[in-house]
Amino acid sequence: MISGMISRAQKYIFFAMLMACVVMAAFLIRLRNRAQDRLQQQGTRAPSDIAETTATAPRTVTLYVPNDLDDSLTAVERRIPMPADENAQARVLLERLIEAWRAPDSTHRINAASGVNDVYFLAAPQRKGRADDEEQMAVIDLSGALTAAQPSGIEPETLTLLSMMETLHANLPTVTQVHFLVDGRPRDTLAGHADLTRTYLASEAESQPSGTAGGGR
Amino acid sequence: MRWIEAAAALGMAAVAAGLGQSPASSQAPPAVQMPQSEGMPTVPAPVIPQPVQPPPFVVVVDAAHGGSDTGARLSGGIEEKEITLGIAARLRSTLRARGIVVVTTRQGDVNLMPVDRAQIANRAQGAACLTIHATATGSGVHLFTSSLSPTASSRFLPWPTAQSAYVTQSLKLESEIDSALAHTQIPVSLGRASVEPMDSLTCPEVAVEVAPLVGGHVTEARPVTDAVYQKSVVDAVAAALEQWRSDWKQ
Repeated sequence: MISGMISRAQKYIFFAMLMACVVMAAFLIRLRNRAQDRLQQQGTRAPSDIAETTATAPRTVTLYVPNDLDDSLTAVERRIPMPADENAQARVLLERLIEAWRAPDSTHRINAASGVNDVYFLAAPQRKGRADDEEQMAVIDLSGALTAAQPSGIEPETLTLLSMMETLHANLPTVTQVHFLVDGRPRDTLAGHADLTRTYLASEAESQPSGTAGGGR
Repeated sequence: MRWIEAAAALGMAAVAAGLGQSPASSQAPPAVQMPQSEGMPTVPAPVIPQPVQPPPFVVVVDAAHGGSDTGARLSGGIEEKEITLGIAARLRSTLRARGIVVVTTRQGDVNLMPVDRAQIANRAQGAACLTIHATATGSGVHLFTSSLSPTASSRFLPWPTAQSAYVTQSLKLESEIDSALAHTQIPVSLGRASVEPMDSLTCPEVAVEVAPLVGGHVTEARPVTDAVYQKSVVDAVAAALEQWRSDWKQ
């Protein structure tokens, strides 16, 4: 009785519209899945990695390489592509420095598979007689592998810290204070001697005579 | 008549009071504590100048590490804590032989916190404090003083930066030891470092880190464990402290 009241044309229109709804739903679900995948990919990449992929033209940087035999730091210039992001720049600088330590002919050999987990920047706490708002404190999160490979002793540990501090300050002059963590946690010493509980001033590294200035202290 | 008697009584009392005061005020030392009575003022005892005793020349020797804190692992698997204890004992004997009073922070393989080391050194009021370390890296002897900036001395010093008032003297002591080691042809490097308990010490403080001797033009390669090498380092440090005994008050 009812079927007799619906015309054939109406039936075709109904089924055509139903099909269109199903196709549109499938299309929208696919679009949503693709967007989700894209977001997930971005989420798994650290901001510094993103910045590293957008590295600019090679830049001349200065690395301060330690020498255990005469207790000095030697300025070595390198041309390397540097990312735009400051955190990523600090990481690249420190990784290059650790590569120099790892070299077979290194004068400060530390054979660690990994070195720096990350570098964070904070506004440096104001010091007496200083009113520079631009000053930053770099918090260097060292890897446990690096500290495990670090030779123990006042001289080798102090040179490791000074080398990182001086390299950062030379290439990123706003970095005036440096604090160290190991695998994201505070630690008493680097390898039994050099104090990691305190914040270091970049001026402490500057006061150490460098190899280029005439050898040991 | 009553008025005359009263005036005479007052006059007598005044004379008696005057007589009572004058002997005490003119009394020669030693002062005798007079029994206090109402109306009699206290007489301060005169101060007799005593000859000023110079503070004793004490050297504090701190053998770094110990107990579960083994320090660096040196050649032959020897731990740094053993070497530092050996060098400290040798230095103590050498200094005592020269008539110098020595206070050591540890004489055995015991755990000692940095704060305990600082307390021992600060109580001893050392004219010089030496912390002995050893390492497998570098060559010769590394001398370190605190990386704190020098400040003026005050009555109360903050514990974490107490050494800042002694940095200038520490650098002078370091210079004396540097000169003495240079006489023995041992390579020396000087530096500033932040190592516990150095920054909490209230005495001229130098960390002496002994590294192996790398062979060169004038030196023969020797490990840190070499007794002859250790003796030459200890003798040079003792000679520097002997010199410091006459210089440290200047």
